[in-house]
Amino acid sequence: MPHQRPPHRDRRGETLTGAEIIWESLAQEGVDIVFGYPGGAIMPAYDALVGAPVRHVLVRHEQGAAHMADGYARASGRVGVAVATSGPGATNLVTGIATAMLDSIPIVCITGQVTSTLIGTDAFQETDITGVTLPITKHNYLVTRVEDIAPTIKEAFYVARSGRPGPVVVDITKDAQQAKTVFAWDDAPVKMRGYRPDHSPGPASIDEAVRLIDGAQRPMVLAGHGIVAAGAEDELRQIVEKADLPVALTLLGLGGFPASHPQSLGMMGMHGEAWVNTAIQEADLLVALGMRFDDRVTGHLDNYARGAKKIHVELDPAEINKVVKVDVPLVGDVREILRALIPRVSQRQRTAWRAHIDELKGHSAVRDIQTLPDEGRLHAAHVIHDLWRLTGGNALVVTDVGQHQMWEAQYYRHDHPRKLVTSGGLGTMGFALPAAIGARFAMPDEEVWVVVGDGGFQMTACELSTIAQEGVKIHVAIINNGFLGMVRQWQEFFYGGRYVATPMKSPDFVKLAEAHGLEGLRVRQRSEIEGAVAHARAAVGTVVIDFRVEQEDSVYPMVAAGSPLGEMIRRPAQGRKHNPIYETGEDEE
Amino acid sequence: MATALCTFVVHVEDRPGVLDRVASLFRRRAFNIDSLNVGRTHEPGVSRMTIVAAADRDTALRITANLRKLVNVLDVQEITDKPSVTRTLALLKIDVAPERRAEAMQLAEVFRARVVDVSPSALMLEITGTQDKIDGLVSVLRPFGITEMVQTGVVAMTRGADGTALRDANPTPGGDVPAA
Ligand SMILES: Cc1ncc(C[n+]2csc(CCOP(=O)(O)OP(=O)(O)O)c2C)c(N)n1
Repeated sequence: MPHQRPPHRDRRGETLTGAEIIWESLAQEGVDIVFGYPGGAIMPAYDALVGAPVRHVLVRHEQGAAHMADGYARASGRVGVAVATSGPGATNLVTGIATAMLDSIPIVCITGQVTSTLIGTDAFQETDITGVTLPITKHNYLVTRVEDIAPTIKEAFYVARSGRPGPVVVDITKDAQQAKTVFAWDDAPVKMRGYRPDHSPGPASIDEAVRLIDGAQRPMVLAGHGIVAAGAEDELRQIVEKADLPVALTLLGLGGFPASHPQSLGMMGMHGEAWVNTAIQEADLLVALGMRFDDRVTGHLDNYARGAKKIHVELDPAEINKVVKVDVPLVGDVREILRALIPRVSQRQRTAWRAHIDELKGHSAVRDIQTLPDEGRLHAAHVIHDLWRLTGGNALVVTDVGQHQMWEAQYYRHDHPRKLVTSGGLGTMGFALPAAIGARFAMPDEEVWVVVGDGGFQMTACELSTIAQEGVKIHVAIINNGFLGMVRQWQEFFYGGRYVATPMKSPDFVKLAEAHGLEGLRVRQRSEIEGAVAHARAAVGTVVIDFRVEQEDSVYPMVAAGSPLGEMIRRPAQGRKHNPIYETGEDEE
Repeated sequence: MATALCTFVVHVEDRPGVLDRVASLFRRRAFNIDSLNVGRTHEPGVSRMTIVAAADRDTALRITANLRKLVNVLDVQEITDKPSVTRTLALLKIDVAPERRAEAMQLAEVFRARVVDVSPSALMLEITGTQDKIDGLVSVLRPFGITEMVQTGVVAMTRGADGTALRDANPTPGGDVPAA
């Protein structure tokens, strides 16, 4: 599947059409693949793809194109690119753009627009896409003149990847694509008068942060996506090892600190580990690194970590004191700031605090799954746990949204960054399959697993066809519980068990895979997991596995929305019989 | 934290859609705009906005931080606590019979409002000043019968040499971030 990038001839100085300039500009930015779908207003650009230095992947729905660009960016750290036509093509990108916006993912979306003289006339397939995407992009552009195409694309990439990254839309009229001009590309760094993404904290704040860290008895590091985005994994490790700080992670921070590290506590928040949330509530200092205190991690704000001083290291000044009041804000690149802090903080051993957290943890690092009965039935937690074990924890896992996403976060332990791709902020169902395709193209040597619910899978299942056409190999694990599971769980807990619009009938996923020319397998028992996974890994092409799991299982523990972080709903005790999790040995106390 | 009217001087690139971006930011983040004025400056390509918003201290700082994130925004300065000149201009039309015209004009004089148009039964007044002053004029003219009124948003400039001119770089925050 790894493709050869066509040899690129630098065409600067040649007179080209706007359409050709689009591809040449992308090539100058180092882009070798785009995900898109053609249509009237972008046809000149598609016509110019003949001989262009960029590979195009035809998606089945433009939402898929945006998610593929997003998955490409999350897996690789490079800017992903999606292409669509005007009107419905552009509006189909919207969910993907909003997804990238809330998780600060750098993507550039190129859309065709009607001819400039027709703008404002409700022309065929005219949508004001810069207007529509204004609140869900970091920035966007309408380009009506051919001379502006190259400099705008250059600026768009700069804006997308610099500072706090985000999606950028470049809407290019059909006449600008058709007109000709000399292709000029300025290699100099972009300079923009009003946009300066670089900040650095004052020395006084660094002093204060060092004083708080040195003086704390019960400190915790809360590490988020910013660690991964800044590539600050090594620095994080150095500071927490030196100052002996336990680390809790957000969903998007998973992998930013190795799950197997003795100081790693795991995920915090709504479905975080109980001991993590308890420790946060008991802490006297929180050092928040590249995270934004989302309501899914804080629980009820009035009760959040009331005894703790707070240091907030964050790139975006607008995040400071947005929801949680902090004592020391450090605005800037988290890696730079950690580098400034590391030599200054004292070497410490916080034996008592660590011992206390260990006590909260209990004897096993796997709590919820211990109480699952082994009646030969299939629990989603088992599937994920086995997947982790069988792939040696090294797969690049792309999840959708729902219960399976939380189980993945709990039971697939990530030791490396950019190995979990998931929609956190927007929680977009339908994300996984297309995002995995993007991730696969970005990282052709990785083993990519999609973990998806039966609901979310059906939202973008059409992209199986893209997989088949492109001949890419992805493993798809459908965690099929016959329900919109996460909503069903809320109905069970908070809506009197009334299962309204959550029981879901699905097609035969094995046959669906086969209809796409892919392989399908069904797994009903835990004993079958290993064989199915091994088969999928050995297969040449994509294998879709339909895991028929317990229908009414719930994710535990859970902090109900709006409850204090320390108040968790726990799995009801069930007689502890033989527990299959111990078969693996790893979790033995 | 107490909510008060806060004043922001915002220099922006004179590009299509800039007003939209600023207004959309306030709407999306649920910041309340009390008044917004935008117009050209002496520098080609640069417009200046004066925005008055009801906000507590934290929110005011976040308004500044969020405005700075907009790519077309060149500079943001909050001048709420700085000595400054703030002005609004209003035009008012009152329905006044010739025999009461002198009386109305006398009242207008007290407020330093100017008569800018006179017709047999109507008088148009122009007044520049703070909102308080304009409100004062409105209340004394109301008995005459105000038929029409229009006013601009507030424009503001700080006093003295330490001004609100466009600084060429959005200063990097350092300590200049929302404080607890
Ligand atoms: C596009 C979209 N629509 C609705 C939701 C609300 N939602 C969150 S989780 C969920 C259920 C997901 O069901 P499924 O895909 O089967 O996964 P499961 O929870 O069963 O693992 C729903 C409907 C959402 N997150 N995204």
